[in-house]
Amino acid sequence: MSFLVKVSAWFLDPVHWQGSAGVPNRLLEHVLMAGAATLVAALIALPIGIALGHFGRGGNAAINISNVGRAIPSFAVLVLAFEVVGIGAPPAFIALTLLAIPPIVTNSYVGVKEVDPDVKDAARGMGMRERKILFAVELPLAVPLIMAGIRTSAVQVVATATLAALVAWGGLGRYIIDGFAQQDYVQMFAGAVLVAALAVATELALGAVEFMLVPRGLRESGAAPAGPPQAKAA
Amino acid sequence: MNLFLDATDPWIRVSYLQNHAADFEADLAEHVELTLIAVLVGLLIALPLGVLIYRRRGLRNPVLGVTGVLYSIPSLALFAFLIPYTGLTYVTAEIGLVGYTILILVRNTVVGLEAVPADVRDAARGMGYRPLKQLLWVELPLALPSIFAGVRIATVTTIGLVTVTALIGEGGLGRLILEGLIRDFKTPLVVGTVLSILLAAVADLGLAGIQRLVMPWSR
Repeated sequence: MSFLVKVSAWFLDPVHWQGSAGVPNRLLEHVLMAGAATLVAALIALPIGIALGHFGRGGNAAINISNVGRAIPSFAVLVLAFEVVGIGAPPAFIALTLLAIPPIVTNSYVGVKEVDPDVKDAARGMGMRERKILFAVELPLAVPLIMAGIRTSAVQVVATATLAALVAWGGLGRYIIDGFAQQDYVQMFAGAVLVAALAVATELALGAVEFMLVPRGLRESGAAPAGPPQAKAA
Repeated sequence: MNLFLDATDPWIRVSYLQNHAADFEADLAEHVELTLIAVLVGLLIALPLGVLIYRRRGLRNPVLGVTGVLYSIPSLALFAFLIPYTGLTYVTAEIGLVGYTILILVRNTVVGLEAVPADVRDAARGMGYRPLKQLLWVELPLALPSIFAGVRIATVTTIGLVTVTALIGEGGLGRLILEGLIRDFKTPLVVGTVLSILLAAVADLGLAGIQRLVMPWSR
């Protein structure tokens, strides 16, 4: 137990809560980087996935992109980005954004594509224009899956941002990588606690957002949907 | 030859490929071994666990909820939790990898069993099947496509995660990627990445082929 006592002492030491290497700054770096990468990925991926789903084209490509994404190790993407653009924040941002795109494309494609054709016909019969059908019918019904894709990507990005300490970027991964390199297992363990807590918090928070964005009409079914976990990059 | 900070480092250096073919083979073999153990041990644990959750309805949402949350824990953090106790060992790598495959496979087992039509279960009961026989001869075969889909996802995911175990001294092909990073040398990085992607593709297609052969009803 003395090891866990040392880890607790690490957290209680005020030195670890100050300055650029302190927990608040590392946490902020991690959250900003993950948030920016997920946001940019969503801005790129959502129009593609939604357009493909709306027009019913390119289905195989939209589905396969996340299978291919799963097969590419995120560790390799990060190191490749480092070889191309150097050390620090740029390779981390590029790698994380690339990794976040596939799940969002696939989920938004499936979400829009799987909207019941009868519902779309009914909307058309009510005199809705195509644009109105997309924004007032298809997108609200697709929201649960679209949000699930964004959540998958965000959790993956938070995880992979941990590895970005390897390319000399900051974030909470620094504690793990530095602790490991210095054989300071207390620091490493404390870093793991912080990283795991942030990943779990991301998962739960975006799960809550997902639940709140589900249109009321879709909420009646009781059992929580249990699709397979979609991605585990790092 | 000093390769560090070599501005002319090409993406592929042929002489390195020729001199290290044996290393690539060893790394590939280790990668396959780490993956196989993770998926097989994961399956041995996940199948009974999935059946148990399916039988005890009250366990379903809590267990699937908790596994979903555990799944979001980054692998590097999980390894960091284990190292103080199990050290920089093969065991540490496998505990982490097996853990993630369990989370995928339990979910797919439960979902597959739940998708068995109630009519089919009634018919089996009407024909006098006892619960165990019904499970083994009716429910599990019908859940097999979903379980198999889980095995494919788990295999491809594990092949990717194995590369991260290079950071704790294992890693298979991940070792080549790490070497590329540490020496700022592109050739091992490219080789490790390409072989890892190819391994995932071959494994996925191979498993899909096996699925078609042993489960013609899942087409």
